[in-house]
Amino acid sequence: MSTHDPGPAEGAVELRGIVKRFPGIVANDNVDFSVARGEVHALLGENGAGKTTLMSILSGAYRPDAGTVSVGGRTMSFRSPKQAIEAGIGMVHQHFRLVQPLSVAENVLLGAPSTFRLAGNATEDRVAELAEAYGIRVNPSAKIWQLSVGEQQRVEILKALFREASVLILDEPTAVLTPQEATHLFSIMRRIASEDRAVIFISHKLDEVMAVADRVTVLRAGRGVATLTIGESDKANLARLMVGREVMFRVARSDHDAGAPRLTVKGLIATGDLGLPALRDVTLEVRAGEILGVAGVAGNGQRELTEVIAGLRPAISGTVAIGGRDLSASTPAERISAGLGYVPEDRLGTGLIPSLGCIDNVMLKRTDEFARGFFINKQAAEAATSELVDRFDVKTSSLHSPVSLMSGGNIQKLLLARELSAGPGALVVAQPTAGLDVGATEAIRRLLLEQRDAGVAVLLVSEDLDELLSLCDRIAVMYEGKVMGVVGAAGADREQIGLMMAGTASDPA
Amino acid sequence: MSADLFLTVFVAGVAAGTVFLFAAVGEIITERAGVLNLGLEGMMLVGAVTGFLVNHQFRQLWLGVLAAVVAGGALGLLHALLVVSFRTNQVVTGLTLVIFAGGLSGYAGESVVGVAPPATFEPVAIPLLSAIPVLGRVFFRQNPLVYLSYGLVVATWFWLFKTRPGLNLRSVGESPETADAVGISVTRTRYAAVVAGGGFAGLAGAYLSLAQSPSWVPNMTAGRGWIAIALVIFATWSPVRAVFGAYVFGCVEALGFRLQAVGVDIPSFFVSMLPYLFTIVVLVVISRDTARRRLAAPASLGNAYVREER
Ligand SMILES: Nc1ncnc2c1ncn2[C@@H]1O[C@H](COP(=O)(O)OP(=O)(O)O)[C@@H](O)[C@H]1O
Ligand SMILES: [Mg+2]
Repeated sequence: MSTHDPGPAEGAVELRGIVKRFPGIVANDNVDFSVARGEVHALLGENGAGKTTLMSILSGAYRPDAGTVSVGGRTMSFRSPKQAIEAGIGMVHQHFRLVQPLSVAENVLLGAPSTFRLAGNATEDRVAELAEAYGIRVNPSAKIWQLSVGEQQRVEILKALFREASVLILDEPTAVLTPQEATHLFSIMRRIASEDRAVIFISHKLDEVMAVADRVTVLRAGRGVATLTIGESDKANLARLMVGREVMFRVARSDHDAGAPRLTVKGLIATGDLGLPALRDVTLEVRAGEILGVAGVAGNGQRELTEVIAGLRPAISGTVAIGGRDLSASTPAERISAGLGYVPEDRLGTGLIPSLGCIDNVMLKRTDEFARGFFINKQAAEAATSELVDRFDVKTSSLHSPVSLMSGGNIQKLLLARELSAGPGALVVAQPTAGLDVGATEAIRRLLLEQRDAGVAVLLVSEDLDELLSLCDRIAVMYEGKVMGVVGAAGADREQIGLMMAGTASDPA
Repeated sequence: MSADLFLTVFVAGVAAGTVFLFAAVGEIITERAGVLNLGLEGMMLVGAVTGFLVNHQFRQLWLGVLAAVVAGGALGLLHALLVVSFRTNQVVTGLTLVIFAGGLSGYAGESVVGVAPPATFEPVAIPLLSAIPVLGRVFFRQNPLVYLSYGLVVATWFWLFKTRPGLNLRSVGESPETADAVGISVTRTRYAAVVAGGGFAGLAGAYLSLAQSPSWVPNMTAGRGWIAIALVIFATWSPVRAVFGAYVFGCVEALGFRLQAVGVDIPSFFVSMLPYLFTIVVLVVISRDTARRRLAAPASLGNAYVREER
């Protein structure tokens, strides 16, 4: 890819010796980071490395405990995001900063200087003009909640462009996009950089960094470990820098034939939280000993699907069955005893109770087992929990302290441990590795494959297409509450899946 | 029942509904900024006693109204200080405020309980408009504070939905992190909204003690502040729909008394129970439509905002 020399003096941003501490953790430990105008600079690091924290300091949201920030050669001490905006810093957050009930134009204009009275049409025209200039497709009068995630992201970019940001920060922007949308985003990024602005691209995906960046700075555990040009790096050395050891890119997956259909859903129709249709006639079949992946951009019915299967969301029509037994009218408890395990997307909330310890959380689902008449058999629960914690390598200072104090990876391991300890015949798992570091991600994936090999039917919902491609036997693609098609994962075509994620039905060849 | 009975119910309904309207519009402003003010009842009481005392002292009705607004605003400032700056729990703080303000108003008004006010707001017919059949009688032969409420509703609606500060305020209530990230001061906006809401509550109190039932009696709001809070949900946070809701509640209150007046035999306790019974029914009905409510409710209502917290 392009590796044009940014030139030495054209500093857009210069961070020196940045330190930021949060209770119990040093998120940024003496980090240096500089970006030149006209370049796309990747900030690479695994989850928890401190990338977002560093950029939140640059964008004025956090104040550093030590270190200096300079923009365009001038030392800054931002006391609020507003001051950073005025200095030309624009940030597109991973969790979008958009006001859902407002229109695109209103969001773009929010906080920007203008008249007392809102001038409806005039602002929409201005926003439309700007969008056109950058080849960004979005309807200025649409309300945010009506937009897809990809469209919402474009609104965020427009917001920054509207404020004439000279430095644009994008925090893991591709996580929510289809491969095609990501490619389109890359062209917008290059376009912005070509206007002598700087683009900072936060990512933990090596392919993307290699594809779009001019230079890359790698963060590991809060420290800056290297800054390289793309020309002098390759995926293997970046991975090593990022993780600090050799990494396998593919988990080993044994070949074996799947058994009979174990978990089946037929003709599911359900509404989402706002009462709008979320599932429109979903039919899927997961066989014993296979992992069926569900791909799709967030918000296309995946969460509702898992909730309907778990019995947490009523279906308007359709059936859910495990091992041929119809559970459509069953309570969550009955589904559990029929052999359903459920690892929800919302680990701390739906999955575990944050303020309770490991023992109480494990016991929650197995109260009968640990009952002594009306009372709880604490010893048995403690013994069973410590056995699980050992077996699944959950690191915790105490079995009694609140699980919310544990790291994301350990929380997920505990949740999975609890679900698997019941010996489920079917397992529904949503976004199991989202936000986890590489080590925990590998461990979770290995556990899922073990279950598959042991004959469990696994339904795996993930927004990470690479994860699905490496773990699944087959992949179903969802778009607007419908299954666009199911493809075999071996030799599957990323581009084709991407098109299906954007609403093109697979040809039934 | 005769048509005339209905007409008098409507006339009295608008008059009785105005107190709900003032309070609800203020609460809408506050909640639109993401702050729950359950202290409404107490703020109204303080407004009522302040308005009454100032009028009693200076024989100045409008000065009384102004003082009530200031007193309500001051309690709003206290609420803002606690929930915005000190991030105390909004529900508990609001409830505490009711009890505190209830006591405070009782103490302040001890000397004027049952005293006749030197002046009161009386109905004034608006030329031309009051001649319109039916509507003229219902809407344009009311006291001046009712006319003020018309103006304030329109102004609030315009402010919230047609101006930049209104857009900022709504954004703060929906997503404070978004507002903060584009440079809108969440703290300042919330303070302003809570103080304004308090001012409206004070005004509602003054309406009660200077116009609707000119007198001071401890706890004379008798739960109207709570009804106003229910009304905000009923109106799905829109000042225009609040008008409708306020008059419906006003008419329910008026209807009971009129029925009694024309000799229908219903116990007076039942009559005074009616608006609250109606509130419960309304809450049940609108709570069925969860989707609509979820869309309408300010998304960060009741949550404190701290920049570096997640
Ligand atoms: N506001 C916060 N409060 C407490 N801890 C935080 C906060 N933000 C980040 N952290 C912690 O700091 C570390 C770095 O986080 P972050 O910058 O989000 O990493 P990245 O963006 O690279 O995934 C993590 O351990 C995270 O838990
Ligand atoms: Mg991050």
